[in-house]
Amino acid sequence: MVKEIERAGLPVVHVCTIVPISLTVGANRIVPAVAIPYPLGDPSRTMSEEKEIRRHLVEKALKALQTEVSEQTVFTD
Amino acid sequence: MSYRIVHYINQFYAGIGGEEKADVAPEVREGVVGPGMALKAALGSEAEIVATVVCGDSYFASNIEKATAGILEMMKKYKPDAVIAGPAFNAGRYGTACGGVCEAVVKNLNIPAVSGMFPENPGVEMYKKSFYIVETPDSAAGMRAAVPAMAKLVLKLLRGEKIGTPAEEGYIERGIRKNKFYDKLAAERAVDMFTAKLKGEPFVTEYPMPVFDRVAPNPAVKDMKNAVIALVTSGGICPKGNPDHIEASSASKFGEYDITSVMDLTAEAYCTAHGGYDATYADQDADRVLPVDVLRDMEKEGVFKKLHNKFYTTVGNGTAVASAKKFATEIASRLKADGVTAVILTST
Amino acid sequence: MKLELHKVKINKLAWGDKTFARGGVLTVNKEELLSVLSGDERLAKVDVDFAMPGESVRILPVKDVVEPRFKMEGPGGIFPGMVSDVDTVGEGKTLVLSGAAVVTTGKIVRFQEGIIDMTGPGAEYTPYSGTCNVVVILENVEGVEKHDYETACRMAGLKTAAYLAEKCLGTAADQVETYETPCLKNAMAAHPGLPKVAYLYMLQSQGLLHDTYLYGVDVKKILPTFLNPTEVMDGAIVSGNCVSACDKNNTYSHQNNPVIHNMFRRHGKDFNFLGCIVTNENVTLADKKRSSSYSINLAKTLGVDGLLISEEGFGNPDADLIMNCWKAERAGIRTTLLTDEYAGQDGASQSLADSCPEGDACVTAGNANEVIVLPPMKKVIGVPEEANVIAGGWQGSLAADGSITVELQAILGSTSELGFTKLGAYTI
Repeated sequence: MVKEIERAGLPVVHVCTIVPISLTVGANRIVPAVAIPYPLGDPSRTMSEEKEIRRHLVEKALKALQTEVSEQTVFTD
Repeated sequence: MSYRIVHYINQFYAGIGGEEKADVAPEVREGVVGPGMALKAALGSEAEIVATVVCGDSYFASNIEKATAGILEMMKKYKPDAVIAGPAFNAGRYGTACGGVCEAVVKNLNIPAVSGMFPENPGVEMYKKSFYIVETPDSAAGMRAAVPAMAKLVLKLLRGEKIGTPAEEGYIERGIRKNKFYDKLAAERAVDMFTAKLKGEPFVTEYPMPVFDRVAPNPAVKDMKNAVIALVTSGGICPKGNPDHIEASSASKFGEYDITSVMDLTAEAYCTAHGGYDATYADQDADRVLPVDVLRDMEKEGVFKKLHNKFYTTVGNGTAVASAKKFATEIASRLKADGVTAVILTST
Repeated sequence: MKLELHKVKINKLAWGDKTFARGGVLTVNKEELLSVLSGDERLAKVDVDFAMPGESVRILPVKDVVEPRFKMEGPGGIFPGMVSDVDTVGEGKTLVLSGAAVVTTGKIVRFQEGIIDMTGPGAEYTPYSGTCNVVVILENVEGVEKHDYETACRMAGLKTAAYLAEKCLGTAADQVETYETPCLKNAMAAHPGLPKVAYLYMLQSQGLLHDTYLYGVDVKKILPTFLNPTEVMDGAIVSGNCVSACDKNNTYSHQNNPVIHNMFRRHGKDFNFLGCIVTNENVTLADKKRSSSYSINLAKTLGVDGLLISEEGFGNPDADLIMNCWKAERAGIRTTLLTDEYAGQDGASQSLADSCPEGDACVTAGNANEVIVLPPMKKVIGVPEEANVIAGGWQGSLAADGSITVELQAILGSTSELGFTKLGAYTI
């Protein structure tokens, strides 16, 4: 999916847990997420802690969108 | 009663002329024309070429939709049981025309179609998934080999017989996976292959590993403060009750949902349709998959201009790459039309 | 470790006032069986029915299938950590009601339960159309939490299987099969000149409803470990899965794992089969990296030349499969992969979500997206409307005449990645 959105000319960041799959299928901007059932959360934390985790990931995603890349790039901390 | 076949050829093989006549519009002639003679001989008494449709290659290439529709109408009048196109050998525009016509025949008339091309003909890559293309040499000198193979394959399709492998039938591999029952359990086949590999004996894998294509990255967002950000997910987040019945697996559709004035995805209003992961957490708080709450906060803070008022969702679970591709193409065109700057796509 | 499987062949089921096996007939005392299953406060209602090969019967949605087995002799009890106390199994003697199966069905837990047709085109795709099925029909108490309901269903199936076999203790076996794996010290010295191999046994562990248990432990919590094949035969591995029906490994297919049986068949002739490495398929990348590295390091430590790797499920577990593959190959261990495919209803898409060039030897159990029409059956055990929501079905799958149009995905065990069917695929 991510590739088709990219192909259409929209910059896109893929927030996903299983980075190797994203790399194999060909996403260009990748932000690693927490876990498959909760990519942007963590039910073992409190709601406010969770939201902080989520905020951090979304900030990273926006940063990825603002970063020029020439090849597949995984945005880690 | 013999099967009725309509044959499609270009202006050159119809004897109208070469490149200078490539812009002639489609026309239909009763019976066989040009290479139809050889085809008729190869088909024998079991099938009859009732008509031949001729179209100029340039005309077809520059009027694809109109030409295809017109050609289909002409063919329909002859109530064909199958269509044969070409062979086109290595002629690029002729191959693409044969491919376009045959694809339309298969899709709209629901009858078999067969063409013949050289493997490097661009029509092969474009249309091989839609119908059978018999492998031919690169020029008309190979007519003698191409025609009987095409006739044989079309007769098999007409009789509803099982089509063998590309090597057995002489068609170009279509890249389509078909199921079959083997003589042995898959476990036994795996242990057989394992043993062969260990011993250094030859073996044939049942599935060659796929190679995925690449797309060049788009330029970065320069002015985030004025950007419109859209959310797309393959995690199946949807309004509670899954109003569009997006399938839990092997999705046939995507959903478009308005989130104007939605500040937070609550358990009362949103859930997931995804059947491939433990849905408990997404059902409790869908922001864990689709971060609407955080993006609203950031929108308020002016980090970016606007969160797009619609999000798009489908279920990645067991959904074919081709379907996902189709959804994403449509989603992307809607997002572009709505003036979206960039996309955050989340996957589970 | 030496285990004798005492197989009592069953080809008929009957109701009676005593549960026993004689002359190929398994007679079941329904009342007694129901009393064994009673007392679970999560279940509102339990019932039992039969479904025989060739009958016009459809069972859906099916949660699990279990083969009735019970320990005759030897340490430990059947389904350790579940039905029996936790003790090592895989030694001694085990009674098997071969040809019989326990099938659990009822109101669905989630989307992922399957269909068993006992006759017609669907029957060809599921191994469980050929077994004499004791069907346990379960109904949950209103409002019971999904994970608790899953546990209740899982336990009911295991308890029934243990009960049936226990009641048949003392019945003379029609056939005795012996399996033995020596201790590593002896195994390493045996069969000089033959390559040493192991079986990398991947288990679904995606979340509370997509889980597998090893000696009662949820495998998402394990580090990959060594397991003797005979332990598997005694129910050390139990399915707790509510995942796509075609390629979830039912408890029955673990008990009868055909990879293990085929490895034993060639053991001592073509290679020296040391045993299994069990590993999981977790939901975080860190877990996937850890488990694959740990598994391959175990294989290296054992000094194996080859690994046969079977997957469970599809999608993100493809990433586990691929990591296991290239990590092994790059460590000089030759691999063969056993998986299935999701190539789309038309078969035109890529079949796997991940790939690596090292995966040059791959056997598949077929394309799970292929569509099949299942004609109406005279009798349906369970809830036919679930066909519209199970994985592989869609709104409208169930037609007014009772026929069902679904992907093979919805048929139990149809593309088993333990290789339990003859299905496969090829490219046209």
